[in-house]
Amino acid sequence: MELKLITANLGKINPSSIDDYLAHGGYRALQRVCDATETVSFTHDLKAAGLVGRGGAAFSTGLKREMAIRAEPTHPYPAPEWIPERYRYSSSFVVCNADESEPGTFKDRLLLEGDPFCIIEAMTITAFLACATVGFIYLRGEYPLAYERLTHALRVARERGYLGKRILRDDFAFDIEIRRGAGAYICGEETALFESIEGKRGEPRAKPPFPTDKGLFQRPTIINNVETFANIPFITLEGAQAYRRYGTKQSPGTRIVCVSGAAQKPGAYEIEMGTPLRYVIEELAGGLKPERTLQAILIGGAAGVFLKPDEIDVPLAFESLDAIGATFGSGAIVVLDDTAKMWGVLLRLARFFRNESCGKCLPCQIGTQRQLEILERMTQGRSRKLEQTDISPEELRLLRDTGAVMRDASLCGLGQTASNAILSAFDKKLIL
Amino acid sequence: MSDVTLTIDGQLTIVPQGATILQAARRLDKQIPTVCYHPHFTPPSLCRVCVVEVENARVLAPACSRIVENGMRVQTDSARVQRARKGLLEMLDSAVDLSDAPEIQAYANAYGAEPARYGAQIKRRAFPLFDDNPFYIRDYTKCIMCWRCVQACGEDAQYTFAIHRAGRGFDAHIATFENVPLPESTCVYCGNCVQACPSGALKPRREYWLEHGLDLKELARVSQLERREKSGDAK
Ligand SMILES: Cc1cc2nc3c(=O)[nH]c(=O)nc-3n(C[C@H](O)[C@H](O)[C@H](O)COP(=O)(O)O)c2cc1C
Ligand code: SF4
Ligand code: SF4
Ligand code: FES
Repeated sequence: MELKLITANLGKINPSSIDDYLAHGGYRALQRVCDATETVSFTHDLKAAGLVGRGGAAFSTGLKREMAIRAEPTHPYPAPEWIPERYRYSSSFVVCNADESEPGTFKDRLLLEGDPFCIIEAMTITAFLACATVGFIYLRGEYPLAYERLTHALRVARERGYLGKRILRDDFAFDIEIRRGAGAYICGEETALFESIEGKRGEPRAKPPFPTDKGLFQRPTIINNVETFANIPFITLEGAQAYRRYGTKQSPGTRIVCVSGAAQKPGAYEIEMGTPLRYVIEELAGGLKPERTLQAILIGGAAGVFLKPDEIDVPLAFESLDAIGATFGSGAIVVLDDTAKMWGVLLRLARFFRNESCGKCLPCQIGTQRQLEILERMTQGRSRKLEQTDISPEELRLLRDTGAVMRDASLCGLGQTASNAILSAFDKKLIL
Repeated sequence: MSDVTLTIDGQLTIVPQGATILQAARRLDKQIPTVCYHPHFTPPSLCRVCVVEVENARVLAPACSRIVENGMRVQTDSARVQRARKGLLEMLDSAVDLSDAPEIQAYANAYGAEPARYGAQIKRRAFPLFDDNPFYIRDYTKCIMCWRCVQACGEDAQYTFAIHRAGRGFDAHIATFENVPLPESTCVYCGNCVQACPSGALKPRREYWLEHGLDLKELARVSQLERREKSGDAK
């Protein structure tokens, strides 16, 4: 079912007005945290709420926060010279990942454009609990309106005392800076994002150490997706019990899905976890155009997998998607009807990964290029559908081997998932 | 510092905290192939040839940089590990001229890599020879992108920062800033990068040209001329 938990304010409040935000319950959560006599319970509550990251990796948000709070400060003070002066005295950092570059994903943009104060409040809550004094929003470069609204919101929040020194109490200071991406998909990967903020090449670091131990400027860092942050004010105010009323037992809460492709009403819809995919496509997104039939669904973005038409009844929750070998990923749902050229889609995906590989590690640097070349060879001079016999078993094995090596040996999630969608199309016989 | 107990290929072993899987394995005389790892540099963990299987981990782990943990169970030569290494060496061989890298070739043979599987119509690393200074040549067709030269030039040794990484994906390569000839870069000709290069992409100029049939006299003449040109007194 559609359920407006975190998108309730979108289109209802004026995103440029902090008074409007306050009138709709804004900053009550931050007030509650700042007034509390003990703060451990908030992080316990977040853990108990069962919120997991919405950026793709689905890691427990509460656990992440707890790990960062518990991390040993790694630097002797004063911090090394190479950390810019104004960041040196923040013992940890809070970062909002708003790079949103997963193909078919546009939910973060709507949240930032429609309710920027909510994200700022959530980051401020997190900063208070993790004793961070500096936060960053890493914003996709192609989002000028979000940039404008965020910049405005940050300025207003500062003027009204919700950012800067003495936020709601004498001993709490926190401020947020925006960093704009320059169009590289890889800079959405958390450690590449840190490198980018530090002014280096956007290349992922080997993990571990994880960001909660050594993140931005080698300090413990809490990095979350925009949608993840959007859940935090609600959970902070209402508690885990209230949050768990929504969704399934293992996937509490809601999720914003981004439907695109051959649907009649493509768009972003906030749904309760566990809503069947069929309901999203047929009811919310208005189904296919008349006289078209469903060919396949790409779920989770370019790093996701294809579903067959007969898998459309799967409930959209982490556990049920897991059970059929799919992932929720970024929440992207690309609908392909019978007019879509599957081979073209696969080539596009392969080209995307080839173009977006940062080139740091060998398997992805060479593997994404080879994957594309193999697919190009397979499709050369052929039209839409191939017969089973058109593909030599050796070529197919080579494609699978290349994919397996990338998945097993790549340094970051890009290379590890670069073959998922493509191989799933073969596994499910969507192109033969 | 306390010690860490872990199992490598079924063998229980105790190593100091902070050791890498590679160090622990070497103590047990286990051979793990490495390509980008250099004992004096920060491991960039990028060639992935050293990957091993850590129980319950989703993906393989680079032995050269992964720090051991208590109770870790590691397989250094499982079927999955072998498949990955074979595949990696195959990819490397399909993209780079390894003729001057006997060690990597030996690994490729040992793991049964068949780079020819990728066919002939594939993109390979191709760069013109950079012979722009009297000391060493840069033949990036042989470059495996291990970053050692960049590390040697920069933060792990010389702090000169004359060479960097440029480009992305398959087109990632090593270059001077703005691709200027080496004499115009900050290079101080310490030779650290040449020492560190495992693939023969960086080589003393004299060695390179001798290998390519130029005799010593001719070589000396050429470089003298160049040197004079550079100092501006080519009369
Ligand atoms: C190649 C790649 C691209 C990514 N891009 C994004 C992105 O655009 N936005 C995002 O929130 N997370 C992205 N992630 C996931 C982040 O690395 C990280 O898991 C996430 O920011 C953590 O936040 P969460 O726990 O709230 O999901 C990407 C990961 C990879 C491997
Ligand atoms: S997997 Fe790809 S994107 Fe990730 S570090 Fe390796 S080359 Fe870069
Ligand atoms: S030039 Fe040599 S040392 Fe530098 S990256 Fe290439 S192979 Fe490594
Ligand atoms: S030797 Fe470990 S990644 Fe290269």
